[in-house]
Amino acid sequence: MKYNVIDGLKYTQQHEWARQEDGTAVVGLSDYAQDKLGEIVFVELPDIGAEVEAGKSAAVIESVKAVADLYAPVSGKVIEVNETLLDQPEAINQDPYGEGWVFKVEVKDESQFGSLMDKPTYTDFIIKAEEEE
Amino acid sequence: MDEAKKTPFYERHVDYNGKVVDYSGWLLPVQFPQGLVEEVHDTRNRATIFDVSHMGEVSVKGKDAEVYLQKILTNDVSKLKDNAIIYSPVCYPNGGVVDDILVYRINSENFFLVVNAANTDKDYKWFQENCSGDVKLQNLSAEYAQIALQGPNSESILQELTDISLGDMKFYHFQADVSVAGVNSIVSRTGYTGEDGFEVYCKNDGALSLWDAVWEAGQKQELRPAGLGARDVLRLEASLPLYGHELSKDITPLQAGLNRFVAVNKPVPFIGQEALQKQKEEGFNRKLFGLEMLERGVPREGYPVIAGSEEIGWISSGSYSPTLDKFIAMAFLNPEVAKQDEEVDVAIRKRTYRAKITEMPFYRRDKK
Repeated sequence: MKYNVIDGLKYTQQHEWARQEDGTAVVGLSDYAQDKLGEIVFVELPDIGAEVEAGKSAAVIESVKAVADLYAPVSGKVIEVNETLLDQPEAINQDPYGEGWVFKVEVKDESQFGSLMDKPTYTDFIIKAEEEE
Repeated sequence: MDEAKKTPFYERHVDYNGKVVDYSGWLLPVQFPQGLVEEVHDTRNRATIFDVSHMGEVSVKGKDAEVYLQKILTNDVSKLKDNAIIYSPVCYPNGGVVDDILVYRINSENFFLVVNAANTDKDYKWFQENCSGDVKLQNLSAEYAQIALQGPNSESILQELTDISLGDMKFYHFQADVSVAGVNSIVSRTGYTGEDGFEVYCKNDGALSLWDAVWEAGQKQELRPAGLGARDVLRLEASLPLYGHELSKDITPLQAGLNRFVAVNKPVPFIGQEALQKQKEEGFNRKLFGLEMLERGVPREGYPVIAGSEEIGWISSGSYSPTLDKFIAMAFLNPEVAKQDEEVDVAIRKRTYRAKITEMPFYRRDKK
C-alpha cells in the first residue's frame, strides 16, 4: 500500500489521527487524507481554549481544489495549536504525523480512544476505501 | 443521466495514474501524481499535454455562413481572414450568454466552431433555431478528439511531427488538413492557459497514435500531462472567463469585461445587440474585477465580497495561484463602489479576510 500508517496512533473514519499522551491528545490528518486532498494551502486552526467535540469539525484544511473539515477524534479543550501551519500549511503534506500536527487537546474522556482504529484496522479501512473508489 | 464517455485518450490517463473524474459527461483526468501545482509550473516553464476532447465542434458551411455567424456572434466576423480565429460570445436577445466560442475561418463559406463541452447540445439547438439561408450546420463533437499542447516548449515539440512551419503560425491562427505524425489534423495556435501553445484537432480513429507521437516527441523536453484542475488554475491566472462562472445566461459579456469581443455597433444586427447597447449606455450594477488576497485565505466561488458593512458582490472563481504564489480571484462587484487598488473584505466561513482590487490579467507571459 502506498499510504503510510504508523504504529501508536489511533485513527478515525474521516482519516484523522490522535496520539494519546498523559491525558492529552495530539491531532492531525493521516497520510491518506493529505494525499487525497493534494497540495494543502490553508489551515484554519481552532482557538486555544475552545472545546472540541468528537466527530465535530474542529479545524478546516484547504487544498488548491478542496475545502475539508478536520473532525476532532476525541472531545476536549484545545491547549495548543500548530501555528507553523498558518505560514507553512504544506507541512501536512510533507510530514503528516510529525511537523504537520494540527492541535492538542486536554482529553475529557479517555474511553473515547477505544472507539478509534489502530494501525491494522485503519490499514484495512483505507484498502477498502481505495477498492470502492 | 447517461454514462460518462471515454475520450480516445482515456487509457493514457490511466497509464499515467491520473485521477479520473466525470466532467460534463466525460471521463477526464483532474490531476496526475505530480499534483496540480507542479502541473501549473510545468505548463508555464516547459510544456504539458491536456486531453480537451470534451470540447464540442460544429461545422458551419454554405454561401450564407458568414451572414449567419454575424447574426449569432457578438464579435464581428466580417474582418476575419482565412486561417484566422476569433473568440466571441454568443448571446440571447437579453444579452445573457449562451456560450463563448472560438470561430475558425477555413474560407468564406466554411467555418469551424469550438464550443464548451457542457454547452454543446444547448448551443447546437440554439444554432439550429436561429439558422436561415444557405447554411449547413453539422455537430462534429462526437467525431473529434482534441489535444492541447501548452507551454514554451510546445512549438519545438510539435514541429518534430509536422512539415508546416509552426514558427510562421501566429497566435489565433490555424491550418486545416495538416499531417501531424501522419494524422490529418487541424492545428491552431490557441489555448486556455495564458501560455504559448497549440490545440490539435483530429478524428477519433487517429487520435491515440497522435497523442503517443506528441508524448514521444516531448520526452526530450520534459513534456508531462496536466489535468482539468491545472487548466482551471492556469486560465484563472490568465483571467480567462469560464462559462458558468464569469459568463452565464444571467451575465452579459460586458459585465464580464469582454467589451473587445462585443461589436455593439456592428453594422448588421446580431442577437442581443439592442440589450448590450442599452447596457453599455446605462451601465450595470455588477462588473468583473480582479482580487488579490492580502491575508492568507482561499477565495472560492460564491463567497461574498464586502466593503465596509455593505455586501458589494461575490467571487466567481478563486484559487491559490502557484505561478504568483498568491491567492487570487475574479469577482462580480458593484462598480460604483469597487475601485482599483482599494481594499475590500472576503467573507470566508466565520470571518472576513482582507483583499485588494487589482488589475487583470493576474499573469501575462513575456512575449518574445
